[in-house]
Order: sequence, then structure tokens, then C-alpha cells
Amino acid sequence: MKKKLYWLILIISALTFLTGCQKKTDVSDSGDKAAVEQTEKFKIAFIYIGAPGDLGWTYEHYRGKQMIETKYGSKVETVHIEDVPEGPDASRVIRQYAQEGYNMIFTTSFGYMDPTVEVAAEFPEVYFEHCSGYKTADNLSTYFGKMYQPRYLSGLVAGSMTKSNIIGYVAAFPIPEVTRGINAFTIGVRKVNPDAVVKVIWTSTWYNPTQEREAAVALLDAGADIIAQHQDTTEPQKAAMERGKLSIGYDSDMGSFVGETVLTSPVWNWGAYYTRTVGEALEGTWKSESYWGGLKEGVVELAKMSPLVPADVVSLVETETAKIISGSWDVFDGPIKDQDGNILAAEGESIDAGKLLSQSFFVEGVDGKLK
Amino acid sequence: MIGLITSLLAITISAGTSLLYATIGEIYTERSGILNLGIEGMMLMGAVTSFAVSYYTNSLFLALLIAMVVTAFMALIHAFLTITMKANQVVSGLSITIFGTGLSSFLGKRLGPESNNFNLYGVNGKNFPDIQVPLVGDWPIFSAILNQDILTYIAYLIIPLAWFFMYKTKKGLNLRAVGENPRTAEAMGINVIRTRYIYTVIGGMFAGIGGAHLALAYTPGWNEHITGGRGWIVIALVIFAMWNPGKAILGTLLFGGINAIQFRLQAAGTDIPASLLNMLPYLVTVLALVLLTVYENYGKRKIGAPSALGKPYMKEDK
Repeated sequence: MKKKLYWLILIISALTFLTGCQKKTDVSDSGDKAAVEQTEKFKIAFIYIGAPGDLGWTYEHYRGKQMIETKYGSKVETVHIEDVPEGPDASRVIRQYAQEGYNMIFTTSFGYMDPTVEVAAEFPEVYFEHCSGYKTADNLSTYFGKMYQPRYLSGLVAGSMTKSNIIGYVAAFPIPEVTRGINAFTIGVRKVNPDAVVKVIWTSTWYNPTQEREAAVALLDAGADIIAQHQDTTEPQKAAMERGKLSIGYDSDMGSFVGETVLTSPVWNWGAYYTRTVGEALEGTWKSESYWGGLKEGVVELAKMSPLVPADVVSLVETETAKIISGSWDVFDGPIKDQDGNILAAEGESIDAGKLLSQSFFVEGVDGKLK
Repeated sequence: MIGLITSLLAITISAGTSLLYATIGEIYTERSGILNLGIEGMMLMGAVTSFAVSYYTNSLFLALLIAMVVTAFMALIHAFLTITMKANQVVSGLSITIFGTGLSSFLGKRLGPESNNFNLYGVNGKNFPDIQVPLVGDWPIFSAILNQDILTYIAYLIIPLAWFFMYKTKKGLNLRAVGENPRTAEAMGINVIRTRYIYTVIGGMFAGIGGAHLALAYTPGWNEHITGGRGWIVIALVIFAMWNPGKAILGTLLFGGINAIQFRLQAAGTDIPASLLNMLPYLVTVLALVLLTVYENYGKRKIGAPSALGKPYMKEDK
């Protein structure tokens, strides 16, 4: 009796683990034909931290993958794997793809950095691309986008449209990527509305629907009438909508899932980078680099505006976008003061590179604490 | 100030409702001697199925019913494994949670409409509206309690009923007897196996309602891992409530409210670290457990866990 039961449990857990990591090949060819062609095709694998169904981070990488397929068609074969946990499991998964003869492997989460470095050293013939990290090798590039640029633009929209002069910001963790976004957003807000403040609440989660909603509600109760966020769910936006308040999305065009109360969203557009780097690999001109593209390169952009945004705000955003793309001005050019009024960068200067990367400060206008 | 208290209380109650249902269910299950660690998985399954049904049929009643049927079935698996097969209750419960977590995210990606790539995430279904009680419903403080959704109103009724049933009826006495000393209970003519089956399944149904409250009222819509660990908080809450449905309300308010308070303290700009507040409910649980043990060792009355909790019941060999 007992033995039977252990088998049952064993089978159940085995099944669960198997379904946990689903492998999906997006190639319609089947049978022997595919097997023959596979040897000639350039094979690309994507390692995802979540599933494309999140309509956020992973969804955007999935869209980027689709753009590779559209551009290079039958020359490439792409595959992705979902829900790969960061850590030792990631090494195993990445190594498996390298062993199976994939030519290029994209690892799309910060926590895959060391596993990617580890596997890249074992397979010098394979191209590796790691998103958001800082370690490179001869066959390993890193890539990320200047999300702060569209964040600044969305700040202009929020600053123009707030009536209470309090804008809420539901933020995940006090790490440079997030604080940089808050600072850029606040600079945008204060440019058009020097009286407005950006109230920040840390949730200590990337993805926890109930927590993120509660944080947004707390901000709304504190008087915020626009909610911006750096999370992987749309809950803060939904909470704002239910109260009849406005919001700014992130990651992907959240307006299409929540409604027109989402004024706009700073979004990723990885396809711009993916098609370029795959093209280079196909031609044999690929070189290891640390890519940090912005609005100019098209890796980041602002999603289309909600009809609620007035025309003069839209044209302001267009002017500022042109300024950033031309390179004549960037978000962290002075004058910039920190939260306590100390000058970080004077007129004509910009914040030095080290500070810009570490972002261990909040700019003037942020109401929150860096813990 | 009154306004702040009212809004805090309102969100605390709303956040606590799903916890309350699942906790009361789990208290009943554990009182019969069965530990069910599958609550997290069951809540997730309750959430995903109820949301899918509400999306396609627009019937909240049907949504709730299906969620209860599904989680009752999951509880039945747990009951079969632990009561009939006499398996380790911890292992079986954990399997149910792992299974429910995986299956719920799988279903969330498959049950949606074709227009949304079969995703349930990002679509809007019907949800339980807040109902304001006339006259007193917009008074300060009162409005927090009397401007909630229907499931929360039912929860108000369930707390005293669950307490009354357990302590003042014969069936409740039988239940407690089975959890304390199944052999004696059997000698008294109580069917231990049947009792355990019934209360395990009831516990599962309550977890299903808890999950449905999340997806249909609290954070309307489906998100993967929508529970965010609430199923585990429930396990702690049962201990905190000392297996007494009446005391469960204190725990759910504490656990439900702590998040709301923590975010408001941040918004108000206090210096208390948020992580400290977040661990407070767990700290209180540990403290409650310690006090309980001390009290039981030096006092006379027994108020802690049912004695037969977690132990499979074997009839004597015939």
C-alpha cells in the first residue's frame, strides 16, 4: 500500500516539474525535413524568467523574438523556454541549449549573468547575449536600454495632468535601475510642474498582485491622482482606474489591457537590438559589446498616448523626444539637485558616470526614502 | 484621522476576507486531525476557475460553485491519500500545493479567449461589487464594515456560526473528539474515517471561496500566483487562532491589515522599516506558539493543537 503511494507522489511531482519548464519551438516544419534543415539554419534560443503571458517584461522579449523571425524568416530558427529560475537551474538550461547546437543564446534576466558567463566560457563557438548585466566575454555581450529616457517623457505627461500635485510611484526594490527610473520620471514631472511631488512606496516584490494593489491604494489615499509604477503587474493601474484616477504604465503598452486611464507607458522594444545583433552574427561581423541603447536606437520608446492626453502635452513630448534623439540634451544633464537641495550637477554639467550608474540618490521632488 | 482609520479598516477587512474563509476551513480540517498544507494550491485553483467561469458565464454564483467543486475535489485527493492510504500528510499537502500552483498557471494560459492568445491575464470578468448598507453605510468607521462585497458580509455571519457549530453542537463535539482521540471517538460510535473525509472536503471548499474572493472581489482578474503566499499565512493563522474559529478574526485582521498599514506608513514618511512591519504577524505567531506551550505545560487546560493532528488513524487489527 505504502509503496504504491510513494510511486503516485513521485509521478505527481515529476509531472509538475516537467510542466514547470515548458519548451516551445515555434517551427512549423515537422519530421525529417526539419531535421535536415536544422543543420543549416541559424538556431537561436531565448531563456525567459517568466512567461509571455505576463504582458510585461517577458512578453516584450517575446515580441523581440517574433521580430527576428519576421526579418530573417527561414534563415533562423528560434525557440524559447519559460519560467527558468535564476541560479544553478539556469546554468543547466543554458548549457543544454549550447550542447544541442544552438548558435546564439539570449538570457533575459539579470540573475542569469553568472550562469551565462559560466556556460559561455565552455562554448566559445556559441554567441551569448545577456540582458541587463555587466559582465562580458569574447563571445558574450550584454545589452540593456536607457529606459530612463521614456520614463522622463512619461513624467512630462504626469506632471502636466496632475491636479493634486501628488503623483504616486509603486516601486519594486531600491536598486539603480529602479531609482534611475524614479529620478528621470521626477525630473520630467518637475520640468512642467515645479510644485508636484512624486511619492514613492517600495513593495519589495517584482510580482505580487495583491501587494502592489495595496501599495497603489495607499498612495491614492495619500492624495495621489496619478499612479506610476515599476512592477511586473498591471494592478497599480487597475487600482487607480477603479478610483477614477489616472496612471502611467510600464514594460508594455498597458493601456491596451487596462483602458484609456493609462495615459502612456514607457516600453521596451527589444526587436530593434535583436534584429541588429542577429544580423551581425549571420554576416560574421558580430563583436562582443556592452550595448545601452536609448530612444535614438529604438530599444526603448513611449507607447501611444491615451486620448485623454491634451494635444499640447503630446506636442511637448514630441519636442523633448526630438531633443533626446538628436543628442543635444539628455535627462541627467544639469542643473539637478538632490532631495535635500544639494547640487548634483550644475548648469552645463551632467551627473558623473559613476553616480549615474549607482543612482544612490533621489532628485529634488521625490517624496520617499532610499533604504 | 477618522477618514484614515476608516480607509485602513476597510482595506484590512477586504484583505482579510480571503484569509478568513481559508483559515476557518483549515481550522475545521485540522480539528478532525488532518493537516492540509495544500491550501495555497487550492486557493490558486479556486481563483483561476472562478475567474474563468465568471468571464464566460457572467454568473458569480456559478463561478463560486465551480471553484468550490474544484477545490473540494482537490481536498478529496488529499483525504484519499492521507486517510484511506494513510500517507504522510505533510508530503501529500505539499504535493497538492505544487500541483495546484502549476496547474493554475497552466490553466491561466489556456482558458482565456482566443483574442487574447488564450490568456486569462488581462481580460476583465464580472466581479462582486461593493454593497453599501443603507443609512449607516456612509458613516465614518461604519462605512468600512458596511460597504463591502457580499462574500465579506457572509464571512461576518460565518465566524459566529463556525464557532457555535464547533463548541455548542453535538456534531462539533464529535469533530473535536475525532481530532483529539480518534480511538475513543470510534468507541463512542463516531465514524472517524467519514468525519475526517467530510471536514477535509469542507476545508477545501472554504479555501476555494477564499481564492475566488481574491479573483472576483479583492484584486479582480487573474494573475499568476495571485495569492502571493496567502495559503501559507493561513497555516500560521490557524496556529495563531489556536484552532478556534472565533479567534480567527483577530488573526486575519492582523495579517490582512499589516500590509495596508505598512504601505501607509511609507506614504506618510515614517522611519519604521517596512520589512520589520512585514515580519510582525509571523513574530506574533511564534510568540503565540511559545505562550501556548508554556501555558499548556504549567496550566491544566488544553487549548493547543488537536492531539491526533497529523497522525493517520489505524483501526486495530482484527
